[in-house]
Amino acid sequence: MTPAALSRLGPPLLVILLGGPIGLGLLFTVLPAFGYLPALGGNVFSLEPFQRLLAEPGLWKSAGLSLWTGLAAALLSVALTTAFLAAWSGTRPFRAVERLLGPLLALPHAAAAFGLAFLIAPSGLFFRALSPGLTGSATPPDLLIVNDPLGLALIAGLVAKEVPFLLLVALAAMPQADGERRMLVSASLGYGRMAGFLFTVWPTLYRQMRLAVFAVVAFSSSVVDVAAILGPTTPPTLSLRLVRWSADPDLSLRFLASAGALLQLALSALAILVWIGFERIGRHGRENLAANGQRFPGDRAVRWLALVLQALTVFALLAGILALMLWSVAGLWPFPDFLPLTVSIQGWSNLLPRLAEPLGNAALIGVLSALFALLLALFCLIREDATGLAPRWRSPLLYLPLIVPQAAFLFGLQLMALWGGLVPSILSLTLVHLVFVAPYLFLALAPAWSAYDRRYEQVAASLGGSAWTVLWRIKLPMLSRAVLASLAIGFAVSVGLYLPTLLIGAGRITTITTEAVALASGGNRRVIGAYALAQMLLPALGFLLADLSARLIWRRP
Amino acid sequence: MAAAVTGLQLSQIEIRSNAAKLLGIDAHVAPGTVLTVMGPSGSGKSTLLGFLGGFLAQAFTASGRVRIDGEDITALAPQSRGAGLLFQDALLFPHMSVLGNLLFALPPTVKTRAAREAAAEQALTEMDLKGFGPRHPDTLSGGQRARVALARTLLSQPRFLLLDEPFSRLDAPLRAQARRLVFSEAQKRTLPVVLVTHDMADAEAADGPVIRIGTPA
Repeated sequence: MTPAALSRLGPPLLVILLGGPIGLGLLFTVLPAFGYLPALGGNVFSLEPFQRLLAEPGLWKSAGLSLWTGLAAALLSVALTTAFLAAWSGTRPFRAVERLLGPLLALPHAAAAFGLAFLIAPSGLFFRALSPGLTGSATPPDLLIVNDPLGLALIAGLVAKEVPFLLLVALAAMPQADGERRMLVSASLGYGRMAGFLFTVWPTLYRQMRLAVFAVVAFSSSVVDVAAILGPTTPPTLSLRLVRWSADPDLSLRFLASAGALLQLALSALAILVWIGFERIGRHGRENLAANGQRFPGDRAVRWLALVLQALTVFALLAGILALMLWSVAGLWPFPDFLPLTVSIQGWSNLLPRLAEPLGNAALIGVLSALFALLLALFCLIREDATGLAPRWRSPLLYLPLIVPQAAFLFGLQLMALWGGLVPSILSLTLVHLVFVAPYLFLALAPAWSAYDRRYEQVAASLGGSAWTVLWRIKLPMLSRAVLASLAIGFAVSVGLYLPTLLIGAGRITTITTEAVALASGGNRRVIGAYALAQMLLPALGFLLADLSARLIWRRP
Repeated sequence: MAAAVTGLQLSQIEIRSNAAKLLGIDAHVAPGTVLTVMGPSGSGKSTLLGFLGGFLAQAFTASGRVRIDGEDITALAPQSRGAGLLFQDALLFPHMSVLGNLLFALPPTVKTRAAREAAAEQALTEMDLKGFGPRHPDTLSGGQRARVALARTLLSQPRFLLLDEPFSRLDAPLRAQARRLVFSEAQKRTLPVVLVTHDMADAEAADGPVIRIGTPA
């Protein structure tokens, strides 16, 4: 059988493996939301779960918080990405940030959030750097910075993580926007750099990125782990309350949780609708400005502002990692001191034996789901080579798991497993992780795959290579760098997954990520620092391995 | 150098790639005339235009001065030079209508929307494209797109034109027509023009001085 023939399996498999869990999961969320789940004693359809949901105190406040933090984080992320692209794309500072994108993307959300918390908290690294010299005080300021009721810390944490993602998506879409030549034309017409980019390149770019932006809106309005670490507590965001209901030992709360998950689904849909409204307004404004012919030639100050803000997000993530490192080995560390007075590895030595299993689980599930996702992506891409085009439904299907709020279908999957008497296993976790790993891996690999000069394949075939030989000996080796990088990204996504692991692992299989987030409310910074670093370790290793293997393959004698 | 020299003055321009000299040019392009720079591909023709327009790629270094009507623009940003560019492709922005493309080019000194649209319509009429405003660039023929691109460039009120083989993608009969149109418009507006090409017929139609660069084959 030729690769092309075998690859016919790709698209149907992708539909089944991505669409299946989402569809079934949604179904099993909808049924209990309307009171029906015989396994838990719900034998008749009713609106009772929704009545209970609406009776929950502070429900609308939680819902409002989710909507506000989600939209604000998405708006800031898109604005910052846009401004940075407009001001600096193609320049040296831009390439410096570009090189950092992979590692920043691989940084798990939870680790990034912990790092940010350790950085900006009243007794965090930031105020230690300022005190007592600048603040004039030897005690931490009495401010509610982390877990602030408006969710500003949560918004900041989301922005720091979503900007690298959006930049990566934008970079992949760049070739279609013909940016360089359009910038030449707009500059020769007298437009400043940023205005020229916004008027002529951005519209094409944004159209390519739109689903990714929707994913950011939906993710930000339904995020669980970052909200647990940085978000408001009284009340918390809707997503966090759902997860608490679903984890309650009282199983009857599952009906409430399912109804809540549908509310979350509606809320994220509403967030996207509002976003589409923003798009309309933005587009109208842009078209009017463009037609008025204002040139905005002097954009120096704004360009530098964009660079400073971009550098700030990168710096916050890196400084957060430094804070985690310091705390993980801190002995005595009184407030205004920037560095710990004593260093102790006791935290680490106590934790190491307990870290082994969750690290091992995360690594195993990560490797399996990344390899599985790579096979799936290769099948689909080879099939696209054979048919000559990507199916219309490819992008929507790939973005579906990133746009539908996780809780909305994961609750259902969890209940389905309960109903079917399925015991959590590495295999079931791998299959659920695949739903999220496959899209990212696919999106990382597809640009390089489609940019490949297929005449190499024709040359190899005309030299007598079979279809398999051409694939194994020519195409995959030539694309090895992209393949390895996409594997590293897939692995990093899997390691960072919190809610899927929590719900499908059901406490029986834990990974480093579920363990780390579980510590959030505990507040022991030494333990959290160690766990968050351990969580970062795996994706970092993945990227290192990918890079080393690529160097080995491409080494020149 | 006297400040009153009109037209485009290229004084002792030299472009180098690393240490190697790519080209040297010293010329004066009077208003309404066309300087044709001919050379084989790789001779640095487009690099010269990049230098004049302010987009010299980082791999190159250049010396010499560029003056327009006596004003030294060598160090100015691209958007402040007043260079009107035309490329092989029309490069009409695909997310704007024909009218949108023209309004984008029209300087903001034309204030009201009605006046702006009237100016754009006028430009379309001059290009024999009356009523094409609402059309999408994709629905235009190659010749029509080239004329919209010319109208767009002229509407931005450039001080000189830089033409990078703008006729090479057109079919032969259209090519002669497009040349006549571009050169007559430049003459009418007394714009100095630098044209780079490898097509001898372009140089003949330009009817101006010709400079050859690069080693002849």
